[in-house]
Amino acid sequence: MPPIPTAAESGERIEPLLSVRDLRVVFELDEGTVRAVDGVSFDVRPGQVVGIVGESGCGKSVTMKAILQLIETPGRITRGEILYRQNSTRPRVIDLARLRPRGALMRALRGAEIALIPQEPMAAFSPVHTVGQQIIEAIMLHASRHPDGRAISRHDARAMTIELLRDVGISMPEQRVDAYSWQLSGGLRQRAMIAMALSCRPRLLIADEPTTAIDVTTQAQILALLRELQRKYDTAIIFITHDLGVIAQMAHYVVVMYLGSVMEEGPVDEIFHAPKHPYTKALLRSIPSLYGETRTTLPVIAGALPHPFNRPAGCPFQPRCDQVIPQRCAHAVPRLQPVGPRQQASCFLYHDLAKPA
Amino acid sequence: MTSITAEIVPPLLDVRELRKYFPISKGCFRRVVGHVRAVDDVSFTVAEGETLGLVGESGCGKTTVSRAILRAIDPTAGQVLYRTREGKVVDLATMSGAELKALRREIQMIFQDPFGSLNPRMTLLDNVGEPLLVNGMRSRRERTERVAELLRLVGLRPEFMHRFPHAFSGGQRQRIGIARALATSPRLLVADEPVSALDVSVQAQVLNLLLELQSRLRLTFIFVAHDLSVVRHISDRVAVMYVGQLVELAPTEAVFARPRHPYTAALMRAVPVPDPRIAVGDAILKGEVPSPAAPPSGCYFHPRCRFAEDRCRREAPLLREVDPGHFARCHFAEQLSLSQAA
Repeated sequence: MPPIPTAAESGERIEPLLSVRDLRVVFELDEGTVRAVDGVSFDVRPGQVVGIVGESGCGKSVTMKAILQLIETPGRITRGEILYRQNSTRPRVIDLARLRPRGALMRALRGAEIALIPQEPMAAFSPVHTVGQQIIEAIMLHASRHPDGRAISRHDARAMTIELLRDVGISMPEQRVDAYSWQLSGGLRQRAMIAMALSCRPRLLIADEPTTAIDVTTQAQILALLRELQRKYDTAIIFITHDLGVIAQMAHYVVVMYLGSVMEEGPVDEIFHAPKHPYTKALLRSIPSLYGETRTTLPVIAGALPHPFNRPAGCPFQPRCDQVIPQRCAHAVPRLQPVGPRQQASCFLYHDLAKPA
Repeated sequence: MTSITAEIVPPLLDVRELRKYFPISKGCFRRVVGHVRAVDDVSFTVAEGETLGLVGESGCGKTTVSRAILRAIDPTAGQVLYRTREGKVVDLATMSGAELKALRREIQMIFQDPFGSLNPRMTLLDNVGEPLLVNGMRSRRERTERVAELLRLVGLRPEFMHRFPHAFSGGQRQRIGIARALATSPRLLVADEPVSALDVSVQAQVLNLLLELQSRLRLTFIFVAHDLSVVRHISDRVAVMYVGQLVELAPTEAVFARPRHPYTAALMRAVPVPDPRIAVGDAILKGEVPSPAAPPSGCYFHPRCRFAEDRCRREAPLLREVDPGHFARCHFAEQLSLSQAA
């Protein structure tokens, strides 16, 4: 069932868990500067699944890496805030963008409060340690005490790991805990990865294309598992994908990105049934349907994604847009503005507010 | 089962009981201890001008079938009957290398990875022109003219021919790959996941190009893919594979309107629909694809099938014609009412 948003899932009044504000990430290369993320803002509320969707080069993965402070040189965050509301004894707001990537606080948050499910579990797991060893290590590193204050022993961590593996639907977890990642099938490996990401009960889970490398029937199993675990633990998820089908089935709220900017964002139903931005509309039209007429000419988006060094002037989508306003779109960058009760778009068709240069 | 579409003219391609077993060897003398039945008794035909979509999950043998047709690998058994331009029917599976060489011009391949399938050190002229050179077009001027024509055909500017592949985007590179496949004026094109590495907006452009080229050049396609919505969009008929076998083969509309094999139905239900109002079915297929080295008894799908009965465990079903032109490998193909919504 597509989740009907509860108050927690859609409610604007709840304080966001994460607020990305005007984030900018640039990569300074010899050939020039790539503005990989160019002023991106969005919120994630507790228990909400936010889908970030876009084609390659849209900045969705770099945004994810910025939140985790995992951007490699020569990339760096040059502007903006990533406000994370930490739930310690006294709630406080931390700007992740200001933290040192290898500093103690960032390392305490990463993996414990903000966890990642990567795209390629094969590359993410160490091949020379068992899956169990790696999950036990994560538990020992971040959760050194039981809720009642007793220290967690290695033996306890192992028992917890077996429970986690059972939780994510791995049969015979007592044996699988001692398996190496390469002994597991693609689906089991991704389940083990999910178990590892959930091992410290994170409040925010970032899933970066978690089912892209997986077959369609296994993908359906993994998506169902993520939905079930999300409900059970009320974890907030940032779900990054290029697959509009996956987004429609998983997200409560959708952020559509193109060339490092947010084109449109809103609740999932509005994005799919009342899209406002010409890019969102064109993207939805261009996917072949399981129900429509076959062997017809598909509506396409003209042109190709521009090279990152060769960004168009004005609105990034303007050269490919079928509703371009000649005197306006190439001369200024539209700002992300409300276009409905809960929907926002950066497009001059709906307002005339430009981004400050 | 000999012919699947009744025609007076023999089909362009007639694959009969194709098998490809890979040996599993063990120990220091590499003793053969078993076989991976990558392709196990696959038969189908492809009519001229038609697109056959070959779908299945990884390891189902779809790529092995396409490679056996191209004779990139030698099949273990079976026939691949191909009707040449002259109207002669030949068996590609047993042909010698020299005989095959002349036919390679007529059967070409479009690859999945537009980045890996082009030589980065060669300009487009050399990349696209190489098949022409190999096939005896010695004059560089002639080749230049033909490459310009090919680039125009796939929607690229002829001036691009002096550039190198790195200067192009993924979609453009896939167009270059298509131009190269078309260089020798082939009749049959085997496309292995040609759009799965492309972005959504570019995928539609390439699908449109393939459809347009097909009607213009009267091409025949074998379109191997895992994405059902893409396969449905481009194919006239669809063949579904599971653990090395065909489990269903039928006209596209028939398969999608009323699948006759529970696996096909499960595959269709598993596709995430890009509409939040359409819920994915709760009946998600359980378990995993069995290994083709040790397939289950009886029907290979029975351990995951929710309709499985005792007979399915004991007796392997045959691929049989359930409706005219609609083949399914299931004991209960007539009784089950499967649809996308089921």
